Amino acid sequence: MAPPTIRRPGHSKKAQFSAFTGYLIAATGALVGGLLLVVALWKPDLMAVLRGEATDIAAPVGEVGAVTRSGSISLFDTVSGYFNAGAQNARLKREAEVARVRLVEAQAVETENKRLKELLGLNEDELKPVTFGRLIGSTSASTRRFAYLSAGHDKGVRPGMPVRSPTGLIGRVLETGNSSARVLLLTDGASMVPVRRAQDDVVAFAEGRGDGSLRVRLINLGINPLKKGDVFVTSGAGGIYRPGIAVAVAMEITRDGAIAHPLGNPAATLYVAVDPVWQQEARRELETPANARNTPPAPPPEGSGE
Amino acid sequence: MIGERSRSPRRGRVGRTINRDYSPFLANALPLATILAGSLAPMLPIIATGPMVPPIGFMTFLAWRFVRPGLLPLWIGAPLGAFDDLFSGQPFGCAIMLWSLAMLGLEALEARFPWRGFWQDWITAAGMLIAYVVLCALLAGIGMVPRQLMLLIPQLLLSVLLFPIIARMVALFDRLRLRRVRILR
Repeated sequence: MAPPTIRRPGHSKKAQFSAFTGYLIAATGALVGGLLLVVALWKPDLMAVLRGEATDIAAPVGEVGAVTRSGSISLFDTVSGYFNAGAQNARLKREAEVARVRLVEAQAVETENKRLKELLGLNEDELKPVTFGRLIGSTSASTRRFAYLSAGHDKGVRPGMPVRSPTGLIGRVLETGNSSARVLLLTDGASMVPVRRAQDDVVAFAEGRGDGSLRVRLINLGINPLKKGDVFVTSGAGGIYRPGIAVAVAMEITRDGAIAHPLGNPAATLYVAVDPVWQQEARRELETPANARNTPPAPPPEGSGE
Repeated sequence: MIGERSRSPRRGRVGRTINRDYSPFLANALPLATILAGSLAPMLPIIATGPMVPPIGFMTFLAWRFVRPGLLPLWIGAPLGAFDDLFSGQPFGCAIMLWSLAMLGLEALEARFPWRGFWQDWITAAGMLIAYVVLCALLAGIGMVPRQLMLLIPQLLLSVLLFPIIARMVALFDRLRLRRVRILR
């Protein structure tokens, strides 16, 4: 392709100046961008308001797509389901029988639990979700893992609130717009959730690795007690996440913990629930403006798992 | 050429030619509109577990620069990058800087190699895209270890392979841009 001759300024002083100004403004743009970048890395939530506004405007576009996504995901499952339908049917029947017995047992435990709690005078207020919303998109081209939520400030969503799907924790709200919010997914490199093993009190942190898996780091070092298939739930430390939300299942054991797979799949859920911040102190701390929201919740005090 | 002419004397490649002219609004707004739409790719209903989707906004931006050099002013990288930053998940300022630098870099490259072709354009775009994706990952605000840079490989491959298709699409939009829709009186 021939070079465009029209852009050569030639001897015209005016054309030369305008070409020069173009270069000057472009270089200034790059410089200003660099400065903004440094500021943004230093204080990540500085542009939160602007981003919130922009997402509010663009969110309706995403919402249309989110409906199709939840439909199209089940398509693959349907197709793959045909291949092992018979074996799966038999297995599920067996599992259902076992589950029915377990359910009755669980109900018994629950009533006993309630009775014991009444005896102790504990009254636990049931945490109701603040609101429900769809995940309308994610930063799929970036190494950061953010998702956009279709509910915002007007529905009571505030930064710091946990977001979960029926199968497990998904992340927490980072920034809110008026009708949309930005969610920091569990798998983001900056996300850190205090967890414990579901069956006992082995406490750990679940950090995002940026590739869809989590790194579980034990707090008490020593002999690694974890096994493949261990399920981790939130421990409630830090006060943001209420205890007992399913987080991840260990896939691979490492020296100081495990590599785990998150249980809540943000892509496969129709709706996600936004929970209130669990404890009053954490709620207050999140509301103070000086608090940088990108820092992980405070580590639990020594030896306490709950 | 002759065959094209003989079909109809009044219809060219850009629609009816007699008594018609292109619309200045469409001619100027369409490139910007397509780049902004490309920047809105995070609003696509993909909840990705890792960086998978190529930077469509940046690719459209590069493609317009290749298809029509001089159409986008030199400084356009800053405002378009700012819009991209609002949705991309990168810290604000990342695309402002990188898009401006890309514009300056392409200008310098064009001064050095004025006669361009398909392969040269593709190699240039591939180099630019690889640099862009890797720099974005490094500037994302989380520490990158070599293992995480390996995660970028599928995205890099996809970006490089997808670029000619995006360039073709932009060429299509370019024809749409210069369609003679305005009726002269």
